[in-house]
Amino acid sequence: MSRKQRKALIRIICTSALLCAAFFVPKGIISYVLFGAAYLVIGYDILISALRGIFAGQAFDENFLMATATVGAIALGEYAEAVAVMLFYQIGELFQSIALGKSRRSIGELMDLRPDSANITDEKGELRAVPPEQIKVGDVVTVRPGEKIPLDGVVITGSSSLDTSALTGESVPRSVYAGMTVQSGCVNLNGVITVRVTAPYGESTASKILELVENAAARKSRSEKFITKFARYYTPAVCAAALLLAVLPPVAGIVLGDGGRWSLWIYRALSFLVISCPCALVISIPLTFFAAIGGAGRKGILIKGSDYLEKLAGVKCVVFDKTGTLTEGVFEVAEVKPVKITESELLRYAALAESGSTHPIALSLKKAYCKETASAATEITEQAGRGVIATVDGKRIAVGNGKLMYELGVKTCAKGTGTEVFIAADGEYLGSIVISDRVKKSAAGLARELKHNGVYRVAMLTGDRKDEAERTGRELSLDEVKYELLPGDKVSALENIMEKARGYTAFVGDGINDAPVIRRADVGIAMGALGSDAAIEAADAVIMDDDPRKTVTAVKLAKKTMRIVYQNIVFAIGIKALCLVLGAFGITNIWAAIFADVGVMVLAVLNALRAMR
Amino acid sequence: MIQTYKIEVDCANCAAKMEQAAAKIAGIRSASISFMTLKMTVEFEDGADTGKVMKDVLKACRKIERDCEIYF
Repeated sequence: MSRKQRKALIRIICTSALLCAAFFVPKGIISYVLFGAAYLVIGYDILISALRGIFAGQAFDENFLMATATVGAIALGEYAEAVAVMLFYQIGELFQSIALGKSRRSIGELMDLRPDSANITDEKGELRAVPPEQIKVGDVVTVRPGEKIPLDGVVITGSSSLDTSALTGESVPRSVYAGMTVQSGCVNLNGVITVRVTAPYGESTASKILELVENAAARKSRSEKFITKFARYYTPAVCAAALLLAVLPPVAGIVLGDGGRWSLWIYRALSFLVISCPCALVISIPLTFFAAIGGAGRKGILIKGSDYLEKLAGVKCVVFDKTGTLTEGVFEVAEVKPVKITESELLRYAALAESGSTHPIALSLKKAYCKETASAATEITEQAGRGVIATVDGKRIAVGNGKLMYELGVKTCAKGTGTEVFIAADGEYLGSIVISDRVKKSAAGLARELKHNGVYRVAMLTGDRKDEAERTGRELSLDEVKYELLPGDKVSALENIMEKARGYTAFVGDGINDAPVIRRADVGIAMGALGSDAAIEAADAVIMDDDPRKTVTAVKLAKKTMRIVYQNIVFAIGIKALCLVLGAFGITNIWAAIFADVGVMVLAVLNALRAMR
Repeated sequence: MIQTYKIEVDCANCAAKMEQAAAKIAGIRSASISFMTLKMTVEFEDGADTGKVMKDVLKACRKIERDCEIYF
């Protein structure tokens, strides 16, 4: 608790004691003195602020409203109520301040990436801790177990595992060794490593992410703007209504000849003033967004503004990039189709013939073969754009595409999907091997899950050939697949989908090749962005690791956030409206009004904090 | 030029009012306050004397909340 809060708490306790005492002593001078003391203890600052406000021409602030309501109550002889209004108002303020401080801190902790210091080796060969701002590019820092990596860099010596959860939300540690790049904000778990710094502090991952999250709150959502605007009119409107309520009915009463009953109507008008403070509304909406952005950060999803969170909740169409987003982006042997020999023999011929090549397809063949391939093949000749011919076991083995087989006069029988490699020995067809990009495990069921969350269309854009693209589309049960797109075509393909969409369209890509597409979408999501500045720059939301399922998490979170926002708007305005109506007819009194006002605020704040989880 | 300042303010509604008041100060193109992060982001007009402008902003904000603070 801060000093301000402690002071407020002491005042609240003193006032409560004085108020209790005033109830127990018999009505008379002593009870009036007690009420007066209680009122001044709890309300002196509000009265002073109200007076200052009037002189500064800022009449309709909450201090003015509370001062008027309580002074009015005193004038009507309702001393207990005057004190209670001030008391509960202050309790509400205290609660709000504590809750806010707490949520600010806990959200700060979620994003606790900032390194305290960096260890450099000085002239004497001893480790010395210096502020990370002082480290220059090229410096070598030592990171001991339990410490955060202070700046981005490359590991020079040592190996260790890193806890990247603060950046990615991924709880499985990542192992690092010499030559690997590491990002600031990760925590070193076991070994001592030395790192050559590649980016100054201000440009390192941790600083960038923090800056992004902190600035996210500056981009206000539509609902936030709505509520600020509402508050601007709400207070004057309620005050005007209070004035009318205090004056019109009594005047009407006098005209109709059954007496003014001024005090009754003024009392009712005062309860209007008590409920006219818009703070519950104004606080709960940005708090909800802030909590949601913090909570998303912990899950490894960075959202760059409240407005994007709002849009994300209204996403009806999600378009994915294929390679690297839905698939691993690594080629693999998917199927071995021998004709006369066994699968392993076919694979062996192919792998050995390709032993000298570094082409991704050759690499995938060698990886599938899993055995040593060196020097088993001789007279290797590369056939550019077609394949390779080599001598293995005294046979001339040809490995390549359909064009190569045609040239050699070999008849192939298969027409499969994916990238198919044909193998022939001495002009005789042996079979084929299908190589394809493996779909990510987490991508399975993605479309269905998105559809559970209000998305009605899931599409994919790719530069791949038709059959390969459609196979992936079927495997993941996507609604639409656009294939054989050149990088420049992707934007127009997305625009085409956006035209047909009945809501916002999100695009999910790797952020490096897809930056223009990410920018064009209503909500552009970059994936696997850890360490890629361009991606973070272009996107509206960033998934730090490369799990496409996080898209579902993000949409779910956005929907939950908006649900809380609407709940709070409806709940707060509803309760206040109800109190106004009941108060006007004299069904409720000032007590109910002040409980409603403080209670609504407390509940709205508690509800807002749910968005963090 | 865009600058961000740390601020201290107790009530969300006051923060919203301060944002409007700041935007009206001469030399400021736009101003935004984030009550959650307690930060004020100000876009100055070209060639504005930021120190002087911020003094005016603080004065205007103090009218709304007496004990608010802007660190500039």
